[in-house]
Amino acid sequence: MNTNPLPDYLQVDLKQDRPIPLNVQFSCKQHELIVLVGPSGSGKTTLLRSIAGLYQTQRNFIQCNGETWSDHRIHINLPTQKRKIGLVFQHYALFPHLNVMGNIELACNHIAVQERKNHVMKMLQLVNLVGLQDRYPLQLSGGQQQRVALARALAREPDILLLDEPFSAVDQVTRRKLRRELASIRQKLNIPIILVTHDLDEARMLADRMCILHNGSVLQTGIPDTVLSRPVSAEVARLVDLNNLFTGEVIRHDIAKQLTYLRWNNTNMECVINESFKPECKVDWVIPPDSIILHRKDRPSQGERENPVQGIIQQAVQMGETTAIVMSINGDQNSLAFNIPTHVARRNELLEGKLITVSLLANAIHLMPRHQAY
Amino acid sequence: MLVLLPTGILIGRIFAFQNFRGRTLAMTCIALPLVLPPTVLGFYLLSAFSKQSIPGHWFHSLFGQSLAFSFEGLVFASVIFNLPFAILPMQRAFESIATDIREAAWCCGLSHLRTFWQIELPLAWPGIVAALILVFAHTLGEFGVVLIIGGNIPGETRTAAIAIYDYMQVLNDDAAGRLSALLLVFAFTSIILINLLNRRFYHNEHKSIA
Repeated sequence: MNTNPLPDYLQVDLKQDRPIPLNVQFSCKQHELIVLVGPSGSGKTTLLRSIAGLYQTQRNFIQCNGETWSDHRIHINLPTQKRKIGLVFQHYALFPHLNVMGNIELACNHIAVQERKNHVMKMLQLVNLVGLQDRYPLQLSGGQQQRVALARALAREPDILLLDEPFSAVDQVTRRKLRRELASIRQKLNIPIILVTHDLDEARMLADRMCILHNGSVLQTGIPDTVLSRPVSAEVARLVDLNNLFTGEVIRHDIAKQLTYLRWNNTNMECVINESFKPECKVDWVIPPDSIILHRKDRPSQGERENPVQGIIQQAVQMGETTAIVMSINGDQNSLAFNIPTHVARRNELLEGKLITVSLLANAIHLMPRHQAY
Repeated sequence: MLVLLPTGILIGRIFAFQNFRGRTLAMTCIALPLVLPPTVLGFYLLSAFSKQSIPGHWFHSLFGQSLAFSFEGLVFASVIFNLPFAILPMQRAFESIATDIREAAWCCGLSHLRTFWQIELPLAWPGIVAALILVFAHTLGEFGVVLIIGGNIPGETRTAAIAIYDYMQVLNDDAAGRLSALLLVFAFTSIILINLLNRRFYHNEHKSIA
């Protein structure tokens, strides 16, 4: 499994068939923040619980900071108490009968009794909660509870911080604030953070690398920009909410122009050259909504000559500053979804039923191998 | 009481947190005295206590006396009879502690024993106290099992409920009335206490969810 000594700080290799299939290998570096993204039931929480020692898969290997936490081959499975982890639960799981000080102090077993109060205060400073140490969990707001949970998790001075959907139980405004706080607290920590979420914006904002999980397997790992605009398969594209997903056929490559020609919707489209696909091979392709350029009537946009496509507006939904447009091409066969600023939509009178032309930017068209199942 | 407190906490906690083979069967056995007529239970216990039976013989050879018609026998029967009243509320009290609270304690590095003392017991405490009050009140009112096992020996195995029966048999209505009133007041108080405790308990729990 791991014969060469990798410099990775955390290595995880988990496999099981039942009760939920899981087949996950991943690793992370000391300062990395990894975000595990997947729909519910994809196994992301199980993965986190396995690292924490709250769940054991049939085959497992977990090594952290040079210490083996579990290895089924040599029957090692350290209990949760022996693993230096800090875990923030989705609903925080604060001890209701203890005040903030008591909650955090319980995680300070490794510190001499007379030093503990100091340590707790240091943790409260880190999460901006000084002054609330005598409150009980019930007297705190959701955001404050979340901070206490984070302080408690860090009080143990863990080797790794695990966050299980830490922002899902608070309102939108608090969530943004807590995310910013986490991003800044992170700079002061010397440990990796693994965050589980189903929120793609959260992943985009916080992750050094993100892992897309589905049905217990890692489908793609990479920096958020790559994963969110260059998914490895149609399946990942769907999971990261890229809805402009189509099937086409590669016609030929033009090495001089550095282009690949793609047959789609009875037209030939130009894409950035990708010779890994042979001519006549069917491919899935995807284009992020921000690379679909509307041909305006007031002035020409950049890139208008690239892959023009004509269609009828099927739906125009104004959502504050942007308007979401769904345009159908060739009747209902294909549809493209994209957003444009609302003032542009108004000026161009983009109403349902109107015929418009858009350009699909060649360098944003991303080809993927055709999935067997579809 | 002294026997039931640790037994109840232990068994209640096992039923609440462990899912083992035969759990349902064990829970059924514990709950049997709730529905079984006390005379039936008393009959079986008395048979078990007799010197002809294996447990009775074993006890006799150990302590030189029989369990039947003795204070020790009464205590034993009372424990068996009261187990469901102690265990069920305690089990519920432990069950009401969310799984992630216990897991959070482990993640803080607390051993299972420390988790029990510092997290589980304080959180389950109102339920445990309620169970004890219920059991204590129930013991005072015991009649059937006590009469069969204890045999109504004054000063030794006569309980309040049996004393009332005796007074009525000899037409001493004044004494029976006094003792009955006393038991009535006691029963009333203990149920009020349980309700208060429960309300505090569930109130807390409700708030912690919100």
